[in-house]
Amino acid sequence: MPSDTVRAPRTAGRRRSPTAPPRSFLWTRRIFLTALAGFVLLPVYVMLSSSLKPLEDVSGAFRWLPSELTVRPYLDIWHTVPLARYFTNSLIVAGSATLCSVTVAVFAAYAVSRYQFRGKRIFTVTVLSTQMFPGILFLLPLFLIYVNIGNSTGVALYGSRGGLILTYLTFSLPFSIWMLTGYFASVPRELDEAAYVDGCGPLGALFRVVVPAALPGIIAVAVYAFMTAWGEVLFASVMTNDTTRTLSVGLQGYATQNDVYWNQVMAASLVVSVPVVAGFLLLQRYLVAGLTAGAVK
Amino acid sequence: MRILRAAIVTATVTALAAAASGCGGGTSPGGAGDDSPTTLTYWASNQGPNVEADKKILGPELKKFERQTGIKVKLEVIPWPDLLNRILTATTSGQGPDVLNIGNTWSASLQATGALLPWNKENLDAIGGRDRFLAPALDATGVAGKDPAAIPLYSLAYALYYNKRMFQDAGISKPPATWDELVADGKRISKKGKWGLGAEGGQLTNNIHQAFALGKQHGADFFDRSGRPTFTSDGAVAAVKQYIDFMAKDKIIAPGNAEYGQNQSLRDFATGRTAMVLWQAAATTFAADGMKPDEWGVAPVPVPSGTPGTGRQTNSMLAGINIAVFKNTHNLHGARKFVTFMTSDSEQRLLNKTYGSIPPVTAAQQDPAFNRQDTKVLRETLARSATPLPQIAEESQFETSVGTAVKDLFADAAAGHPVTTASVKARLGKAEQQMTK
Amino acid sequence: MRTVARLRRAGLPYLLLLPALLLELLVHLVPMVIGIVMSFKDLTQLFLGNWGAAPWKGLGNYRVTVDVDAPVGATLLHSFVVTCAFSVLTVGLCWLLGTAAAIFLQENFRGRGLLRAVFLTPYALPIYAAVITWAFMFQRDNGLVNHVLHDQLHLTDGRPFWLLGDNSFLALLVVAVWKTWPFAFLVVMAALQNIPKDLYEAAALDGAGMVRQIRRITLPSLRPINQVLVLVLFLWSFNDFNTPYVLFGKAAPEAADLLSIHIYQSSFVTWNFGTGSAMSVLLLLFLLVVTAGYLLATSRGRKHADA
Repeated sequence: MPSDTVRAPRTAGRRRSPTAPPRSFLWTRRIFLTALAGFVLLPVYVMLSSSLKPLEDVSGAFRWLPSELTVRPYLDIWHTVPLARYFTNSLIVAGSATLCSVTVAVFAAYAVSRYQFRGKRIFTVTVLSTQMFPGILFLLPLFLIYVNIGNSTGVALYGSRGGLILTYLTFSLPFSIWMLTGYFASVPRELDEAAYVDGCGPLGALFRVVVPAALPGIIAVAVYAFMTAWGEVLFASVMTNDTTRTLSVGLQGYATQNDVYWNQVMAASLVVSVPVVAGFLLLQRYLVAGLTAGAVK
Repeated sequence: MRILRAAIVTATVTALAAAASGCGGGTSPGGAGDDSPTTLTYWASNQGPNVEADKKILGPELKKFERQTGIKVKLEVIPWPDLLNRILTATTSGQGPDVLNIGNTWSASLQATGALLPWNKENLDAIGGRDRFLAPALDATGVAGKDPAAIPLYSLAYALYYNKRMFQDAGISKPPATWDELVADGKRISKKGKWGLGAEGGQLTNNIHQAFALGKQHGADFFDRSGRPTFTSDGAVAAVKQYIDFMAKDKIIAPGNAEYGQNQSLRDFATGRTAMVLWQAAATTFAADGMKPDEWGVAPVPVPSGTPGTGRQTNSMLAGINIAVFKNTHNLHGARKFVTFMTSDSEQRLLNKTYGSIPPVTAAQQDPAFNRQDTKVLRETLARSATPLPQIAEESQFETSVGTAVKDLFADAAAGHPVTTASVKARLGKAEQQMTK
Repeated sequence: MRTVARLRRAGLPYLLLLPALLLELLVHLVPMVIGIVMSFKDLTQLFLGNWGAAPWKGLGNYRVTVDVDAPVGATLLHSFVVTCAFSVLTVGLCWLLGTAAAIFLQENFRGRGLLRAVFLTPYALPIYAAVITWAFMFQRDNGLVNHVLHDQLHLTDGRPFWLLGDNSFLALLVVAVWKTWPFAFLVVMAALQNIPKDLYEAAALDGAGMVRQIRRITLPSLRPINQVLVLVLFLWSFNDFNTPYVLFGKAAPEAADLLSIHIYQSSFVTWNFGTGSAMSVLLLLFLLVVTAGYLLATSRGRKHADA
């Protein structure tokens, strides 16, 4: 991975161009990044190779290369559990939770980062403290509340995707607010003021200036919110039923009473991860586009 | 100061909100009713190879029931890891299914919550009366002397599965009937990467089942008459030590089995790495793993005397699935009808045949499917020498605490640490103290 | 007219906060109050169906949980110590890996986009799938880890257990770091976007080397984000339930007995929700104190630096 930054011509003596990183840095970088990539990809490789093995192979001693390749697991995964449905559920739940969470957090973070008002500290402390709750503590109470709301208003939160969306969106909310406050704080106030001069109101300034400038941060937060909802197991296992079950719980269906279909677990994991990884790739373009760079300068 | 004020404000606001939303007091347990006579919700446990398979198996039967009674059954098959949590939350909120499957070891615990409909004489008569059922299976439906909290649906017991070929190769002519024979056979087989016996050291329930049956043989119950735990009684300690010693002293269980928790021991058996396993009904798994029915044999689990029976000759816990009616059901009448249907002779025959279990309804046992080499042994064990686990409300704690103790002891044995009567007693003592009363 | 406008302006921040506040109330705060109420009750399965009727136990549940001479308290204390060690190590490693990777990837070079995508994959995999794969790799007899360590590199005498005994802590740590560090990477990477390039250029012209540039410019600019990031990571790993649950099942080995699993066992598995709630409340109090202390310390430090 050679650096392709433009190097200034060498000046006299041993000194290299001041902007080009020294050779030792490049080597450290190369070694570090390779090792890290290896660590990250190791389980992914195991997933991929195991997903192409017949069940007997996966259950036997580990081999780096499959002795026999089969795509059977990729066909079987759809019948062992209703994978397509779980996947759709997960996408809907995680997607909606992310959208709502980020929206709510943007408003709140804007208020905290741009205004002085009474109760600001109380709000931040309270919101932050909720992140410390062990999920176990409020699983049962939350369930009770949802059932009560359902009984008194007819809005079915228990067993529905809505209830899960509501739950997950608040899981990621505290830190989304916190982090966005941090990102917003790094957007210079002069930008807001410039927007006011252009005739924008506070919301105009938020959406025209602050949000675009903090877009990488917002995307980071959105990814966080999405993954929080995407991977949660405990609440999903209790709050969903057959039709609303999400992936994180549904994948456990490959570990049945008498057997673990290792190859199918791996195949299913890879299949459902592809769209998510693709989404990440798409987003990271925005994440690194350096949209702020121009604005801040 | 500011933080303090924040805390006070927060507490007040939340307390008010709690009062306003009316969640402070829990829900009152409603009584059974007949508000919706044409629908039922049924939570089935996962009995088949996977959840989808269960839906395919039960679907046509539920259709049959709908044709007979006009009641539509909404089925949800719930995987085992989720089932108990779902039942607990349903119990707490009062919002659950009408009919549900429970593991029979949970009967007494769930009975204590009061969430299940008691099967008093009237209810029992509605499904044909007590006598239709195997007596020991009906014993595993709640605390003795109380109306059953559930009705047995699928019954199972432990048997000794052995690899005929490996026995032959080691020059063993018949399966062991006593533990001494088992150890001797195991030692003859355990060499060159092959092992005598398989175990699931990381599976708490399995550990409990083995410890319980061995405990019976040592004259130990894990609880005294008043329901107090007696895990450190000489019999209990000896039983657990005997089980661990298969790995620690006799070395007929591979050390790796200490971490098995996903039935890897069955696969080891099917692939010829171990010669024996103690299991409930393993035929379908063996078949799935490519082992032909004539390659394995089945015998009763060994007992000290060689002849299984009651008391000290108990050789299995009584395993099984029960069907229960949720007390808050909106269709009591229909729920009872559904249980009647599920426990009818024909359904019992069909479902148990499909799942490889034994019908707890005695009349349904007269089918060749229950007279194969394996099902015959299971059926006879159920009738003669299986005992239900203690029917106490704290059964779940018992499973966790003692199951974990056995797991830890296996880990010790696998790591080569000495396993002595004292060390077993210490682990069990810790487990006993964890039983909060 | 002017007062209305002023009122509207004064009300705006509250209006902006309202949705967040309502949601937090519904999903976190009210349930927490109920949870605290539960911790004062003798809530066993006998009262599950009507927990309002469960008898009050005063501080009874708390007394049991903090009595370190009795097994319940002793195991809780042990689990607490394990969790502290686990959290500190996880946070440290995740931050280190994440920041280092973000800094190394700051500058453009061939393959950078690919690496970035690679680094984010652990985050994109469903947790269950990722952790079960690690469990698969950590198997004693058939796992990749022992295959490499024992069969190929001959580093160990026998085949060690990774999911049992003391090694399980290490296994848990590796999995947690593997799964969590991309988040630190992502956050730091986003924050690095906001550091103006000319700062580096100016420093470089002044003769500052790579290391000094990082120390003088990069790390100080990361400070506000780091303050949050470290706290998130800490609270996350402290309350982590999914990883040990999938890795070890319902009963984690002693060496890896994290509090969340411990509390889960003490409530859901043994059906004693009173004691479980008491433990949760204690955990919450601890985290409150730690967080408050942390925020106080870091904010003061920041003000100092700003001055």
